[in-house]
Amino acid sequence: MKQMINIALPKGRLGEKAYAIFEKAGYECPAIHEENRRLIFENPEKGVRYFWVKPLDVVIYVERGAADIGIAGKDIILEYSPDIYELADLGMGKCRMAVACKKDFVDNRDRTLRVATKFPSIARSYYNSISREIDIIKLNGSIELAPILGLSDVIVDIVETGKTLLENDLEPRETIVDISARLVANKVSYKFKNQEIRKMCEDVEALLGGN
Amino acid sequence: MNFSIDVLKNDEKALYALRQLYQDHGYTRYKVSKFEEYDLYAGNKSFLISENILTFTDTNGKLMALKPDVTLSIVKNIRNNDANAHKLYYNETVYRTSAGEDGFREIMQTGLEYIGSIDDTAIAEVLMLAQKSLALISDDYILDVSHMGFLTGLLESAGIEAEYATELLGYVGTKNLSAIRAYCASHGVAKEDEDAICEITALYEPLADALPRVEKLVRGEKMRLSYEQLCTVLKQMQAKGAEGRLYLDFSIVNDMSYYNGIIFQGFINGIPEGILSGGRYDRLLARMGKRGGAIGFAVYLNLLERLEIAKEADKEDA
Repeated sequence: MKQMINIALPKGRLGEKAYAIFEKAGYECPAIHEENRRLIFENPEKGVRYFWVKPLDVVIYVERGAADIGIAGKDIILEYSPDIYELADLGMGKCRMAVACKKDFVDNRDRTLRVATKFPSIARSYYNSISREIDIIKLNGSIELAPILGLSDVIVDIVETGKTLLENDLEPRETIVDISARLVANKVSYKFKNQEIRKMCEDVEALLGGN
Repeated sequence: MNFSIDVLKNDEKALYALRQLYQDHGYTRYKVSKFEEYDLYAGNKSFLISENILTFTDTNGKLMALKPDVTLSIVKNIRNNDANAHKLYYNETVYRTSAGEDGFREIMQTGLEYIGSIDDTAIAEVLMLAQKSLALISDDYILDVSHMGFLTGLLESAGIEAEYATELLGYVGTKNLSAIRAYCASHGVAKEDEDAICEITALYEPLADALPRVEKLVRGEKMRLSYEQLCTVLKQMQAKGAEGRLYLDFSIVNDMSYYNGIIFQGFINGIPEGILSGGRYDRLLARMGKRGGAIGFAVYLNLLERLEIAKEADKEDA
């Protein structure tokens, strides 16, 4: 019997793009295109089993071994720093983690900076690295609202085109780190399913290199 | 006293089987007290798996800790002024937090320490016992071996001060080749060195196949000695017929201020994290003012619960 590889895909556009790559690389699973409410799709012939999970949860499934490999944004890997292998940069879902604020905002180092973000660890380690005292306000969405309503001085968030910021009279300032989608693997699965995972990784990378 | 072995859980069975194994090989049991003075851990925080320590104030006002680790206590108390090696094992409960979790947990741990003058035979013996420990728990195991000297030797020859390259070592530990290349580019590392670092990071092969492949990367005294040590140890393991399921994997990196030579990690199919971890830690001895060398490992028996669940799931699948 062929060893099944469990693959966690993030729900949404990125996951769909990533699946398209796997499909092209020869790990297709036609059932995934059917309109239904199933959560798990498998193709025993190719030895793959896909499932959709919340993008934030991919690294948890992988770290705990429920998924052997997965597709996760670098932002999520940095935020949770899970104990996993980061085998390839897929070069898709490119964006950056940046500090943004109102256009007329002037940073006063005399005061504690109030930072609203969905990514408290990333924000904290960035401001630690520049020795800035901050007050973190953890939000779960609509981060852009915070500086407009005076809830925070700045935000730390993902900036793709900067359009949302612009439309709300905000502007990006410092870039903290560049983000893209990564192929991650559980450390123990990588050892026990080594050939399968490495082959898959090579196939996917070969395809990306050809682009 | 009579009872059926079936009443024992996996971790309990393993505990007694391992005790038998270590005693059969001439190791004696070492018992340490449940508490230690907090200062012992405060000065050696990076040796510990997690930095959180459960503390309390003793009746005399001293700050005490429930031990998060056994090796430190053993090293502190060992007298190494005699020529003989100390061959010890322990079964203890330790208290610590695990990454991403709140609150302390009680963890059953067993382990083995070889303290004294360490030669290649001693290293091979400890590696073989690590391997046998894994085999007692499950047939489907893997023992990954790495050598800190080989890795740091390579980094030094590339002009990278290994002790300050924690960022780069993190990338080696996560097999993150694209980040290694970016790091090398921004730190002016030569292309040839960059390729060598990437090659050993990506490497994952049975030890016997991998060693001839990395020979060409050897440069400098430190790497040569490390390489030769790996070869000797492999030969001794082969002589004992114990070379199977040994893999070379330089991504298992451990803290440089304590570990210096061969390090290793054991895995069981069905348990999503490492169950055995160990290595050569001469530097810890030196830091605590002791002479000689030491090598040892710990087995995290609390993880065996996962194995029971995995086995039950397999049965249902069948």
